[in-house]
Amino acid sequence: MLRYALKRLGVGLLCLVGVSIIIFVAMRLAGDPTLLLLPDDATDQDRIELRQELGLDKPLPVQYAIFVTDAVQGDFGMSTRWKMPAMELVLARLPATLQLAGLAFSIAVAIGLLSGVTSATTRGSVFDQGVRLCVTLGLAVPVFWVGLIFIMVFAVDLGWFPTSGRGSFAHLILPAVTMALNPAAAMSRLSRSAMLGVLGADYIKMARVKGNSEARVVWKHGLRNAAIPVATLAGIQLANMIGNTVVVETIFAWPGIGKLIIDAIFARDFAVVQAAICVVAAAYIILNLAVDLTYGLLDPQIRYD
Amino acid sequence: MTEHHVDMPAENLSAEAGPRRAAFFRTLGDWPILPIILLLPIILFGVFGPLISPYDPSAVNPAVALRPPSWLTGDGLAHLFGTDYLGRDVFSRVIAGARASLLVSFFGVGIAGIVGITVGLISGYFGGWLDTVLMRLVDIQMSMPAILLALLISAALGSGLVTVIAVIAIVFWTNYARVVRAETLSVKSRDYVAMARVLGCPDVRLIRRHILPNVIDSALVVASLQLGAAVMLEASLSFLGLGVQPPAVAWGKMIAESKLYLATAWWLPFFPGVALVVTVLGTNMFGDWLRDKLDPRLRNT
Repeated sequence: MLRYALKRLGVGLLCLVGVSIIIFVAMRLAGDPTLLLLPDDATDQDRIELRQELGLDKPLPVQYAIFVTDAVQGDFGMSTRWKMPAMELVLARLPATLQLAGLAFSIAVAIGLLSGVTSATTRGSVFDQGVRLCVTLGLAVPVFWVGLIFIMVFAVDLGWFPTSGRGSFAHLILPAVTMALNPAAAMSRLSRSAMLGVLGADYIKMARVKGNSEARVVWKHGLRNAAIPVATLAGIQLANMIGNTVVVETIFAWPGIGKLIIDAIFARDFAVVQAAICVVAAAYIILNLAVDLTYGLLDPQIRYD
Repeated sequence: MTEHHVDMPAENLSAEAGPRRAAFFRTLGDWPILPIILLLPIILFGVFGPLISPYDPSAVNPAVALRPPSWLTGDGLAHLFGTDYLGRDVFSRVIAGARASLLVSFFGVGIAGIVGITVGLISGYFGGWLDTVLMRLVDIQMSMPAILLALLISAALGSGLVTVIAVIAIVFWTNYARVVRAETLSVKSRDYVAMARVLGCPDVRLIRRHILPNVIDSALVVASLQLGAAVMLEASLSFLGLGVQPPAVAWGKMIAESKLYLATAWWLPFFPGVALVVTVLGTNMFGDWLRDKLDPRLRNT
């Protein structure tokens, strides 16, 4: 178990290094930040001086080495646009994103699991048909479109919720529901099929024969055995949510990391993009690792070696 | 498993229906009717767009700005989907958007397929350090949320049609690589491959003639299942302002532009969104159909 965990951790670290190279190269290809930082009438001399100051005149491998050495110490440089340390900026935006992703994830799991399992136990019923239709649609609607339609209907027309921004709990509802839609549909579909696969098994019949209540049979004996694929998907969904915040935060002007990344990309603010994507990628890798390691808790048959 | 044609269960027809009718329905059941109905108009828009389009999609006409759909106001067919803030015909723009959407996703997924299949074949067939390096590359790329990778590449290469195709190719090749590698590993261990090798068949020929035909079905299934995701990614990028640039029209961009008129002009986000949903729904359903047809083992992936 420990060996397996260490090996996965090693792969995770390798991934993080790889991601940092991708980010670094992409940002250097993106263009010259001095064109944006200096006024239009700046001379070439000004430009060369600024490039020296920012370290942009050194060879790329040297720049990368400097970037990594600083990064492990938590120093991603100064934001050129917000004039503060990039990492500080990212960490300040982190709670907003976690709050949004956390609520969206809870909604997605609750709705997905409930509808999927109930759909499996009432296979062929009107409810089942309805859920399957919703799932098909839920997987095909673009998040940003749903978000705008929600704003149009629930914020502008009905006035139930604020249109955008962060503040009260009401601000949180529309973005969280919007973000939960796709993962809830995926969750529902998978838990339905995992449950259908399990419900015909002999141990389920046995549990019924022994006189367990139907709810206990389904939610304990059934779900426990259908849990592996469902938990895997839940982990992937949670990780993906961090990425999907980019779109949702942009629609609802939610002041989280996603919005920060978009703003920083358009401002050519290298330091902030690097810091933010590194944080997101690290979270993504850690979550995937955590999912791999929890298999053993869910299914004692799995042995790591 | 080399048997690909799985018999569909016969339709439940009453005894009175003659054998000919049963046969007709069975053939019908073999065809993806619903996906075809959904995708046909989109494909027609994409291919014959300029011929069908009632107006020039970029023609600005401030005199008719922000008109609601004409059939609602009793103006007949003048502007089926209304007009936008510059007086451009939304219907014509939805038609024009189909072209960008289809072009980008087909080419993106296609290029991703060529790269991914090649990598998967090489990795699975040769194994060893090459396999390790290539699969670590896949791991690294997959340890980054797709949308972030897409944003990074668009930021690095600047937005435009070619960039978006490149983004989709780069984001999606890894899935093919993994699936094709796994398939190659299982095909490689079969007797006829060993036989061909004993007979002195060179590697390249062996891969092309004996392995590729056996893994291509899985790759096709991956492609069809990714098409919808590619359409969605293209739309998200253009929504964020990193998609194709004017005069090309993109549904995502149209939806983004409608943000300022949400209170007054519901038709601006509504129709491009419906076009997008129909496209993604159609391709997803087609993908499901193709998967069941070609490789029932991949169900639930």
